[in-house]
Parts: sequence; C-alpha cells; structure tokens
Amino acid sequence: MRRFSSFRDFDWTLLTLVLLISVISVVEIKSATLQTKFHGFGEKQIIFILFGLVLMFLISFIDYHRLLDIAPWAYGISILLLIAVKLVGQKVLGARRWINLGGGVHFQPSEWVKLVLILIVARFFWGLVGRELSWMDIAKAFALVCIPMALVLAQPDLGTSLTYFPVVVAGLFLGGIRPRQVAILILGASVLIGGAFLSGKRLKPYQQARLTSFINPDADPKGAGYQIKQSLIAVGSGGLWGKGTNKGTQTQGDFLPIPYTDFIFAAFCEEHGFVGGIGILLLYFLILTRLIQNAQQASDIPGTFIVMGVVAVILFQIVVNIGMVVGLMPVTGIPLPLMSYGGSSILFTFLALGIVMNIRMRRFVN
Amino acid sequence: MAFISNPERHVARDEKVAAGKLHATQYLVVLMLAVLATGMWRLQILGAENYRVLAQANRIRKDPVRAPRGKIFDREGRILVDNYPSVTCYLLREQVKDLQTDIPLIARGLDLPVEQVQATIRRYASQPRYESILLKQDITPDEQAFIEAHRNELPELETRDEQRRLYPRDGFAAHLIGYVGEVSEEDLNSSKFDFYEPGDMVGKSGVEETYDGLLRGTDGSRDVIVNSHGKEIDLAGQVLAIPGKDLRLTIDLDLQRVAEQAMEGRNGALVAMDPHTGEILAMVSRPTFDPNQFAVRLTKTYWSSIINDPNHPLMNKTIQAQLAPGSTFKVIMSLAGLQEGVAQAMHVMCAGGATFFGHFFACDKHHGTVDIDHAIPWSCDTFYYTLANMLGIDTIAKYANEVGLAQRTGVDLPDEATGTMPSTAWKMKTQHEKWYAGETISVGIGQGAVQVTPLQLARALSGIASGGVLRRPHVVFPDELPPDMRSAIASTFPGSGDRVIPLSPQNWQTITDAMAATLGPGGTGYAVRLENIDFAGKTGTAQVVNHSAGATSLGAGSERANAWFVGMAPRRNPDIVVTVLCEHGGWGAEAAAPVAAQVINAFVTKQRKREGNLLEVNTPKPDLPATQPKPAPPATPTAVSSAAPGPRVAGTSTPNRP
Repeated sequence: MRRFSSFRDFDWTLLTLVLLISVISVVEIKSATLQTKFHGFGEKQIIFILFGLVLMFLISFIDYHRLLDIAPWAYGISILLLIAVKLVGQKVLGARRWINLGGGVHFQPSEWVKLVLILIVARFFWGLVGRELSWMDIAKAFALVCIPMALVLAQPDLGTSLTYFPVVVAGLFLGGIRPRQVAILILGASVLIGGAFLSGKRLKPYQQARLTSFINPDADPKGAGYQIKQSLIAVGSGGLWGKGTNKGTQTQGDFLPIPYTDFIFAAFCEEHGFVGGIGILLLYFLILTRLIQNAQQASDIPGTFIVMGVVAVILFQIVVNIGMVVGLMPVTGIPLPLMSYGGSSILFTFLALGIVMNIRMRRFVN
Repeated sequence: MAFISNPERHVARDEKVAAGKLHATQYLVVLMLAVLATGMWRLQILGAENYRVLAQANRIRKDPVRAPRGKIFDREGRILVDNYPSVTCYLLREQVKDLQTDIPLIARGLDLPVEQVQATIRRYASQPRYESILLKQDITPDEQAFIEAHRNELPELETRDEQRRLYPRDGFAAHLIGYVGEVSEEDLNSSKFDFYEPGDMVGKSGVEETYDGLLRGTDGSRDVIVNSHGKEIDLAGQVLAIPGKDLRLTIDLDLQRVAEQAMEGRNGALVAMDPHTGEILAMVSRPTFDPNQFAVRLTKTYWSSIINDPNHPLMNKTIQAQLAPGSTFKVIMSLAGLQEGVAQAMHVMCAGGATFFGHFFACDKHHGTVDIDHAIPWSCDTFYYTLANMLGIDTIAKYANEVGLAQRTGVDLPDEATGTMPSTAWKMKTQHEKWYAGETISVGIGQGAVQVTPLQLARALSGIASGGVLRRPHVVFPDELPPDMRSAIASTFPGSGDRVIPLSPQNWQTITDAMAATLGPGGTGYAVRLENIDFAGKTGTAQVVNHSAGATSLGAGSERANAWFVGMAPRRNPDIVVTVLCEHGGWGAEAAAPVAAQVINAFVTKQRKREGNLLEVNTPKPDLPATQPKPAPPATPTAVSSAAPGPRVAGTSTPNRP
C-alpha cells in the first residue's frame, strides 16, 4: 500500500539550511567559550549535531503513522519519567531536571516530552477531524499538555514548560477553534493570571526577580537585571557589522552570561553585528517557511499537525529567546533552536526535523 | 486516555487542513521575525554608540600609577629621603556584590580595625565605583599571602607595587623634612587641593608639605582590559607617571648630624643658619618623632604616645615655639640703646638689682659700674632695666620689629609662628588697656610679654652681627626652583624677608665685640669658648613663671627656666649663627651654650678642612678689642655685600681690619 520512500524525497533544502545554521552555531560556541573552561563545547556540539543527523535519518525511515500509534504509550512513559525526575533526578542549581544515565551522560526528559506532545496532540486532533470543537475537546487538549507542563514547572523549569504551550495552541488553531471560544479562553486566562499575580505567591523569587528586571533592568544591575543589561550592551555594541569573531568584548570578557547557550544570539550579534543577526533571522525564516510548505504538502491531517507543531515550538523558542536577548521579553531560560549549545535541545530539534522529513518523504503516499 | 484510543475510525486521509490557516501561520512567522528585527535595529543601529560606550566602560578599568616622589638631598647632594618599593592593597568596589559582608574578613586579613575599613569605604561613597580605594599601604608578605589565598572569596582586593617614602631613622631632621600621608577629607574640600583625589599621598608637614607640588610628580594611569571578574586580560593604553623632582636642601648633613647628637635627650630646638644668605644649615627639634611611622601604617599606640607627650614631639620648635627670649633680647636692647644714642654714655651702678616704680627688680650679681661694653658679656639686668626705662616700650618695639620680631621670618616651612612684641598699641589692641611704664622694665631683659621663636632670634641677632643685613631664612635654594614655584613660595610664606636696617659702624662694632666678649674672660659664656675660633654670642635664661623678684631663681620642673644661647662665628659678618633653646634647661650658659659651641666648632672645623689647601690654619688672636670696622658702612645692601666677602673661614677672617 505505501510506496517505499527514497532519499530523493528527502528535504535537502531544509537540511542545507539546518546545517548552515548548525555550523554558525559551532563557530559561535567556540568563540564564546574561548576564554573559559568550557572551550571543548564547540567540539561537543559537533558530536551532538552528528548524532542528531543520524537520529534524523533513522526516524525518517519509520513511518510517522507508527509513531502516532505508539504516541499514547510514549506519552504515558513521559509522564512517568517526569515524575521520576522529580523524585530521583539530579539537583543542579536548585532544580531537578536531569536523570544521570552514568558515563557522564545526562538525560533531560522534558526536552523529549515536547516531541511526544507534538505527536499526541496531532493524534488527538486527527480523531476530531470533521466536527466542531466542543468545550470538552478543548479541555481535553489542554489537559494533554498541562499535565506534563505542570510536572516540568515543578522541577522547576519555567522555560521548558512554556515551550509545551505552543503545541496545544497550534493544535487548537488548526483543529478549528472558533473565535468566540478563543475570546472566552483569553478572558479566562487573564482572570487566572491576574489573580495569580495579585496573590504574588505563584512565582519563585528568582522568577519574580526576572520579571522585575525585565521591566526595569537598572533596578539591580549586579543582580537579576545584570543578565539583561549585559545582553543589551553586547547586542547594541555590536553595531552594524559587529566586532569580529572572537573579538566581542562582552562575550570574551565574561560579562555576557552563558554566551554559549541562552545568550548565544547576543554573543553572535556582538561579534557579527546587525547584519549577522539579520542573517540568522533570515535563515530561521527560510527554515520555518520550508517547514510550513512541508505541512501543506503532507499527505494527511496528522502529518500537517505534526509539522505545524514543530513550527509552533521552534517559532516560539526563537521569539522568546531572541526577544529576551534584545530586551523585548523577560529572561526565561529557553534555548535558541539549532544555535544554543546543549545535547537535549539539539537532539530534539533534529528528531523533530527527522519526523518532518518522514512526513515529506511520504507526501505522495496516496 | 480513552479519548485518544481509537483514531483509526476516522481514516479520512484525503482531508486537509485549510490552506488559509497555514498562510496565516506564514504571516505570523514574518510578523514575529520582523518584531525581533526591530528590536535588533533599536539596539544595534539606533543605540550602537551608547552601547559601545557602555561596553568600553564595562571592560576598561583605569588603574592609577603613582608617580615616585622626588628624593631629598642635603646641600652636598647626599641623600636624606629615599623611596623604596612596597605593595599597597586596594579595594575595587565593582568586583563585589555585597561588600558589607566581606568587611570583617578583609579587616582580619589586613590586620585593620573593622570600623576603619568601614570608614574608609564610606569616605569613597560619593566617588565613582570604578575608582579603587586605598585600603592599606606597605602590606606585609603575610597580608599579601592572605590576598592571594582569597582571590575567589575576595576578588575586590588588589595589590599594586608602589614606591614608598623612606625617611632617616630615629626622627633625624624629622621636623624639617616632614612626612607624607593620605590626603584628608578637609584638605580635599579646600581649593588648594583641587587637583588631588582621595587616596593621594600628600606632604603633611615640613619640606614635604611646602614643596609637595614639586616632589609629588604627576600620577599616570593604566587602562586595563578586565573581564567580569576584574581579572586583567590586556592593556589598552597607559599614561606614564612623571616622577617628582628631586629637591636639594640647604641643610648640611654633617652639621645636622652634630646638631642632632648634641640635642639628644634634650627638650628644645636648634637652628643653624648662614646669615649671608639665610640658608638653614641644620634644624633640630626635640623630642622628635619617626616620620616613617606616619608615612606607613600609623599605629594607634604610636599616635597616642606622640599626641599625649607634654613636650609636643610634632611641633617644630625652631619655628613654632614662642617663648620669652630672656637675656638674648639684650642684644636687641643694645641695638636700640646705641642707635638711639643713649647707651653709649650709660654707666649703671648694679647692686644686685634696682628699684623702678616702687618695685625692686633683681639682677643675679652685684656687677658694680656697668657700661655698654660689659653689659652684654656680663648680662647685667640692672643695666637693661635702666636702658628699657630710658627708651620706653615703643622705642624698644620699633627696633625689635625692625629685626623681625613679632613677624614671620618667611621661612619656607609650614605653620611658622609670629611671636609677640609688646607695645602700647599692641596692649591696647589685644587687652584694651593702657601700657604701664613699669611693664617696660622686664621687657628690657626679654621677659614679660616678649615671645620669639628660635629662628627669629637667630635671624635677628645674626642680622645685627652682619651690620643690619637680615635675610629670609630658607631650606631650599630658591635659584633651583622653577620660577612659578619660586614666586608661589614667596607669596605663600610672606615674612619680613630680606631687609637692611640702619646700624652705624661704631654701634655694629660695639655690639659684636661685646658679644665676642661674652665668650671671653668674665663673660657669661666663657666656659664654652672655642680656641682659635672667633666665637661670639649671647646667653639667655628665661623664666617660665614671671617672678616679680627678677631673675634670681631658676625654678624647677616645668617651672624651670628656659635656657637660650645664640652663638655665631666670626663675630662680624658671621658665616654661621646657631640658636639653641633648651626648654626648662636652666642656665643658658650651662645648658644651651655648650650645644651651640659644638655645632659651631664642627662647622668651622669642616670649613677649615675643606679650605685647608688654601689657608694654613694659623691662630690669630681674636681681635679684641676690635679695630675700626671696614670703611664701607653696612647701611645699604650693596655696602654690606662689599663688607661680606673675604675668607669665609671663621676665626681666620680679618675683614674688619682697616
């Protein structure tokens, strides 16, 4: 019934764009860790990327309908893993996010859960095709996402838990939520958030500090506002053309916090300027555009939903991360896809892209 | 999870999501990325300059480089004050999040009181944060090791190599040289210190203070590129420090050494000066202090021992002690009496004192008939009571003021005292009372309200011995100063300066011969006469408590009389004058005169040794009785300078022979 897919149908354009941005990422990580004890991170990132490529090819050979079939199981295992992390996870900087697998390998389940969520949400809305979304459907969709979200939030990891949200938003949007329902949801959310804000007990002190410092970075320049302030200085002082690779004073002088992960875009903008930064945005634009094209060409509803779930997550992370770096968003600790250093983040992205390839390779199935 | 269990029932694979929704997503992507681009535009294009400045300020730290202070030499180029390398600890406030919690550890490691560290930091509160705070100078190797060992806990501590002042030991010439210290808050508020910053080292007294502008040089700076931990990565640029200028003093180290030894264990002052020029050759004040203790880590115990010493170790008594001159004032009385034409004919019968205005004023001996030639060597009080009574206070004051009393001499040292010379106008002004003629009597022997400094006395008496030519005393050769500094010094230290007072040749000869006779047989200073040296002088024993009975008792302890001696050689146009004050020393002839004699002897011996190749050390008789003075009367500066030349060898000089 299904035609054997070949590498000719692989999205080589998308892969080229992704590899281009990966190379830039490695160069910038190397530059940002030059003066630090992390100077092997560039090489490690290459290994992550290579490993990611392998996973990407492997997953593209498994029909995504198989993945949809096992999605409920994966979802259940994910919930169990998140509970396990909370119980036996490694405590780093006050949060339990990693499970130590031994041999120096640490596993961060919350990144993988994103992938599972994309699949399960696609499967859920696939089941609803052809009828109007009821309030019950909406509640179920939210429940699917909010259970793991709450567990990740409890680690606590606000950033990662937030990245789950666009998955359900994308699902509801494509699944046919009506404007009236959207309006009621927004109203309800506003009341909830407003209530939480007024009670003031919902956020951890560091989260409160991040919000305050976002509103007024100069309030405490050595404390929470320090990161934003240094990031703005890094980006701004880069100017039109930047200071050159390895020559960013903010990056090399260790003024910019974690310039190889969350603030890598600030480091890049400092060293390569407005022109370089716009170049990166352009690459992201091309990648996202290509993904949306693939979503359009998908052979069935769940294919489209999966690709759009990936689009939603990647776009969300780009907006929140770069928004933070240029001072438009508060500090949340969300990595920049394909740019930030980190195995879990890189592997998630490549796996997600692998599933997109998978869907593309089967676009002529019928 | 029943609601997701069975998707297979909707195997409607030809259904598609509406293309419009995907297009909308595409527009959303464009919109979002455009917003981000706008954010970048705002920072990188519109704010680029501003952020560039911030980035520079972030990483560039200005470290001051202290200019080494100029060295100080004696008149022959021998070193008095040197520098030595030392390590200073600074506090960098930018490197610390919570300074207050670190203070106890810092204080312990640097062996400083916690309150002192806090006070230091408070003092800098208004200064920009990038400015480093001087915490402690000349830290020990132990303290250096502490800073090294706590690099991570206390990144705010930094050490820098600096040059520090090394003063002579044991307070040698301490009052003359002075010391340096951190500029004080009060100083910084005055306009004089406009160009100084907290932490700057500044001369606090003596030559160090007067010539601070010359000695201090110009500090440089290093623009250091640092990382966020304040660690130096690279050097962006530097302004080299301009070392301070070296300074040559008029002090003669050999003479100073003799003077220091002679004054050891005493309480008082000694100043030696070249009356021809006003160059100060030696300056000693006792008790002394160790300026090294002031320049570096002044301990509380040392400070309290200095401040509580009743004999005022910090006071430069040569220019700051204001005391009754006692009988040394009789030289000025003689000048007044002779110039007024009344003393020449006086023959006073001394019967151990005399009665004036119903009060008996005592003399220490029964001198019999005394004339002006014997009044000085015998130091007969009765004679001067009588003379004072004849002259009246205002005439005495006129001559005293002419020779520079009650005015600063203008010496180039800080905080010189003026002294006091009473007069009718002075009493009206200060006490709003009329002067009583009876008060004049004790002024005649240098008691009463008369107060002089040792330097004033040296200048006045040697000026008279130089035929009325008075010089402004100084410790630095004015010719060696830059012109603007020279005029600044002259205006900062106004004094009676260089001046010539009228003195007839006969009177000059009378007074100088009488002062020489003081060291002759029957004179009060005969015991300290110097063989082969034309040594002249005047003793003084000034009562501390004014006994109306006169100078018959010395008193004891803190009421014991102050001993004075002003000595010079040769008697006319002296090459050296030495004033010695021994507070509560008793008789001037016994306590002060031997000290002066030692210094004059050392001076003449050195002079002879140096010029020994030119002149055989012959032994001329001291020219007593004196012959006619030189034809040119020393009434004008030119006349005096023509009188002054001749062999500058005391004791061998014969300039007064016709």
